[in-house]
Amino acid sequence: MSLPFAIIAMLTIAAAVAAMSLRNLVHCALALTVAFAGLAAAFLQLDAQFVGFAQILVYVGAVAILIVFAVLLTRGGEAPEKTVFSASWFWGLLVAVTVFGALAWAITNSFASQLAPAEKVDATVKQIGDALMTKFVLPLEVIGLLLTAALIGAVIIAMREESSKTKIEDGRSKIDKTVPPSSILHPPSSGGQQ
Amino acid sequence: MADSLDQIFVLLKHWLVGFVPTGWQPLISAALSIAAIIVVFATLFAITTWLERKGLGRIQNRYGPNRVGPFGLLQPAADGIKALTKEDLVPRAADKVVHYLAPIALLLPVLLSYAVLPVGRNMVGVDIEAGVLFFFAVGAATELSVFMAGWSSRNKYALFGAMRAIAQMVSYEIPLILSSVTVIMMVGSLSTVNIVAAQAGYGGWLPDWFVFTPWGFAGFVLFMIAAAAESNRSPFDLPEGESEIIAGYFIEYSGFKFALFFLAEYLGMFAISGLGITLFLGGWNAPAAWLTWIPSWAWFFIKLVAIIFVFIWIRGTMPRLRMDQLMNFAWKFMLPLTLINLVAAAVWHFMPPGLPRWLVCGALVVAPYFLLGRALFERKDLGKRVYRYAD
Repeated sequence: MSLPFAIIAMLTIAAAVAAMSLRNLVHCALALTVAFAGLAAAFLQLDAQFVGFAQILVYVGAVAILIVFAVLLTRGGEAPEKTVFSASWFWGLLVAVTVFGALAWAITNSFASQLAPAEKVDATVKQIGDALMTKFVLPLEVIGLLLTAALIGAVIIAMREESSKTKIEDGRSKIDKTVPPSSILHPPSSGGQQ
Repeated sequence: MADSLDQIFVLLKHWLVGFVPTGWQPLISAALSIAAIIVVFATLFAITTWLERKGLGRIQNRYGPNRVGPFGLLQPAADGIKALTKEDLVPRAADKVVHYLAPIALLLPVLLSYAVLPVGRNMVGVDIEAGVLFFFAVGAATELSVFMAGWSSRNKYALFGAMRAIAQMVSYEIPLILSSVTVIMMVGSLSTVNIVAAQAGYGGWLPDWFVFTPWGFAGFVLFMIAAAAESNRSPFDLPEGESEIIAGYFIEYSGFKFALFFLAEYLGMFAISGLGITLFLGGWNAPAAWLTWIPSWAWFFIKLVAIIFVFIWIRGTMPRLRMDQLMNFAWKFMLPLTLINLVAAAVWHFMPPGLPRWLVCGALVVAPYFLLGRALFERKDLGKRVYRYAD
């Protein structure tokens, strides 16, 4: 275990623990982003440039933003008054330890763990691109189709009803007058504007 | 002579690195590159603030800064001292830690993105294989910093500004990346150094820059529009919108933290303009073979200053967009055009060189522009604006 790996691993795990245990939901989301970035650093340390940068682009750039927006639009990101730990934390811990033990036992005894580690290949971005466009073109297309379907579904859910679309007199289309959710208008805490 | 002038900074670095023991050399070499990037681009930032205020003053028929130093040239230094000596105010209700971290988290990715910009022959921080991907990946990290600044201030306007900025950056990132994908397709490499090398020749009376092809020209224009939106420049400065939401996400920042936001914004603009130069304007290549005696780094900065000048010019000329116009423009106009531009680039690649290739690709670029523009305008029914009371 090299020193950079140790630093990256510690940072990632600390951030993940913080994401679970911090009181403020937005802080949790930010800590989760640090964990994502730590994973990207781990990929980069394994010389997997494409995966590492794609991890940053997708997870830090898009997924984190999505999480943060979801938090703001639903619960307002307000810190709960009481403790974040559930009352039944003991049973939860017991279940978690049992599941982890079972999984660890299964993995260490599995067929895959008996195999010799694959020799290190120097996969360039070009090779990944070639593989995606030739050998794995069908899975790529299927994923593309799936994502397009999800996108269209999201647009249909978000689309306004036709009846509310009216034109105003001077012919310009109406500016969006739907009222934004109150959580945007009022920041999480009322403390700022006494 | 011209050759040694071209490589003067590279030679200087080698000479300096030669003084340290061998084990330390990679570290010192990296530190020297980082120091050079920070010093040069921070200086360019100082010059640009002066240039912008003078330029805007000229456009708006006034003088601009003219009190500090000759022609107001020392104004940036005065501004810097002012920012340093100002009180650093943090709102009582603000989320202290996030509020403190936001400007740093914004400046850091911006500085990182300079690592892959080739500013001259043999002058690049690191030549990584996935250079362009690296640039966009660290660029995407700035969105979260903007959110951190807006959210932690506990201010309506700051949160509004952050929301606007994120919506805008996420929307315009797609045309930005798609318009640069054409270049990556043609070069067959994500490395910025290889992209510059692919544009090195001088065929006919034009250099082999990608901007002088139909798909490259369309790509360059789309890229620069998206770049203006990504760096919150006018006419896409809605996140700041000082007439509506005062200053957006950095409203609650004062003193040097505010200066850091300002710095990050301008450095981001330089970086993305530098990527535009690398992708479409031939990087550090001279525009003609008989001009190669001017050093390569000088060409990069001449092109950069030219683009900055255009940005200032646009800022002084264009009114700010409305939010729905901004979104419609990104999703209904820019996105289809960039997708069609990908097809145009592919056709260019597979057709033999000659006039037919120019005609077909030119039609593939110009026709969608006109058709899409017409169609969108018709639906909008935009005419002369009639005022009911103000006439």
